[in-house]
Amino acid sequence: MSTLLQVIVSGLLLGAVYALFSSGLTLIWGMMNVVNFAHGEFVMLAMYVAFMVFTSLGGGPAVAMPIAAMVLASLGVACYFLLVRHIMKGPMLAQILGTFGLALFLRYSAFWYFGSDFRTLPDTILGPPFIIGDLRIDASRLLAGVVALLVTLGLHLILTRTSLGSRMLAVSEDATAAQLMGIRPEHMQAAAWALAAGATGIAGALIAMFFYTSPTVGETLAIIAFVTVSLGGFGSVPGALVAGLLIGLVESLSAYLIGPVYKDVIVYILFVLVLWVRPQGLMGKM
Amino acid sequence: MRRYLLPVAGLVALAYPILTMPFPVYQRLGALVLLAAIGASAWNIVGGYAGQVSVGHAIFFGVGAYSAVLGYHYLGLPPIFGVPVGMAVSASIAALIGGPTLRLSGHYFSMATIAVAELARVLVTTSDTLGGAQGLTGPTIPRTVLDLSFTSSMPYYYIFLAVLVAILALTWKIENSRMGFYLRAIKDSERAARSLGVAVGRYKLYAYMLSAALAALAGGLYFTMFGFIDPESGLGILISVKMLIMAALGGAGLLFGPLVGALILVPLEEISNSLLGGKGAGLTFVVYGYIIVIIARFMPGGLLGATQQELLRVGQILAGTAALAWFCTRVDYGIYIVVPGVLVALCIGAYKGRSI
Repeated sequence: MSTLLQVIVSGLLLGAVYALFSSGLTLIWGMMNVVNFAHGEFVMLAMYVAFMVFTSLGGGPAVAMPIAAMVLASLGVACYFLLVRHIMKGPMLAQILGTFGLALFLRYSAFWYFGSDFRTLPDTILGPPFIIGDLRIDASRLLAGVVALLVTLGLHLILTRTSLGSRMLAVSEDATAAQLMGIRPEHMQAAAWALAAGATGIAGALIAMFFYTSPTVGETLAIIAFVTVSLGGFGSVPGALVAGLLIGLVESLSAYLIGPVYKDVIVYILFVLVLWVRPQGLMGKM
Repeated sequence: MRRYLLPVAGLVALAYPILTMPFPVYQRLGALVLLAAIGASAWNIVGGYAGQVSVGHAIFFGVGAYSAVLGYHYLGLPPIFGVPVGMAVSASIAALIGGPTLRLSGHYFSMATIAVAELARVLVTTSDTLGGAQGLTGPTIPRTVLDLSFTSSMPYYYIFLAVLVAILALTWKIENSRMGFYLRAIKDSERAARSLGVAVGRYKLYAYMLSAALAALAGGLYFTMFGFIDPESGLGILISVKMLIMAALGGAGLLFGPLVGALILVPLEEISNSLLGGKGAGLTFVVYGYIIVIIARFMPGGLLGATQQELLRVGQILAGTAALAWFCTRVDYGIYIVVPGVLVALCIGAYKGRSI
């Protein structure tokens, strides 16, 4: 019984992190209808930034997260102005081509610069695990889960409760009409990229604490993000939250009940089934 | 001038392996280009003409390759015998996947196809009958000529050439048939096509199934040449993406687009691998990625669909980058001059309001 509880709690904590790094992808999508195939590489770069802060600068998560968020937000804005702004008017194929080329470029630049070895931080980087009753939770995973949940909620509040969020929504619904109301679409879209990439940066810094860091880790994570986003509904941050928690939970439950090899199989089957019944995702609008 | 282009290109293609007889490396390169062009042309039918951007064609490629190996592994048949079976299986799988996913539009379809292909990869990795993560090998010593296992690349070259010509002829036939017009109408506007009485769902499915069968053919041919398949080389996401990138680079929805894309990207990959191989592992794909980004940004219609102005622009940018890269390697700490310099130039450009 207590093992099951342990599995559920760690699944939910992992799911919160999935939710956070998927919400960046879903935000960009909902905002300007562009799929960022380089999203996994953004997470990867954030993980390297956090890794360097942890090891070379000796800082803790409180330093690593803001630095990773700032670095990634700048990268996001740069990508928007140099590339995305131009390709988003073009055909869909050019968009996929552009962001995928960016992904290859970033992934293999990291490969060339950092080398191909897998790096991990020590499990006890944040101190000993917490023990509550029978539950034993690594401090890094607990911090990651809680912070991810808070940041995802914060992102949702920014999008729905602030004037910046309303202006961004206006641009995503009708850029021309928004422009007539005195909103500059390019600024709002750049802000969306900064927000999304910044959230991704925080997610990367959190993941680096308990996952291996390597140049190709982005590919693994990007597929999880795509599945989370399609499952939750494109462009919906609450959808990404629900789907992320669901996927984390299903992964750890099926790893525990059926076997670790089958956890990905179960997640993909779940995804295909949902797609069959509700193609727009759990919370998406067609 | 234009009317001689095709016969001349055909003659060059036929004579290529004989001209490069002393250099087996180039014969191999030619065969690889044709193989990649076969895959990309298969993708082009649904992705280019019908505009349904599938990012999961690896599943069909894998079905072709795996049916070739399974026939050999369990029944001792020559691998090529499994290919027609693979094509049929692949078309049925396409029908099965296409039913629900082709209802999705645009990016939704792309995401769904990625997930389905990944599901297939994970399933194959966990299955022992399919070789698991280690993969399966074909006949090591050719038993009969039907095993199609040659030491030279020349036979493969001619086989692939024949298949590619057949696929291009088929595509050309479709392009000029009723179905071709339907597909282009669907690509431009599904709603408009439907309102004019085109059976949108049915034709999208036909295109998807045909494309899937041809992609399985490419997978089977891949296996006959390499004699080895594992989940990564048969079903990896990079397989799907390469088909897409080659077609889009040359010009998606154009007959010769995929071939042109393969003619550029495959040699680029091979040459930079051999040039940079040891010292700069990974640098190949940095270059590859950079070129793709530049093409997508400045030449969204692909090479064959580009205007002269766009071609000139891309040429200038690539030449400029090459010059800067050369400077970096020749001058000590050159990279510390070039990178800030480029950043400052971009900022000044942005400040002056010039589009970068």
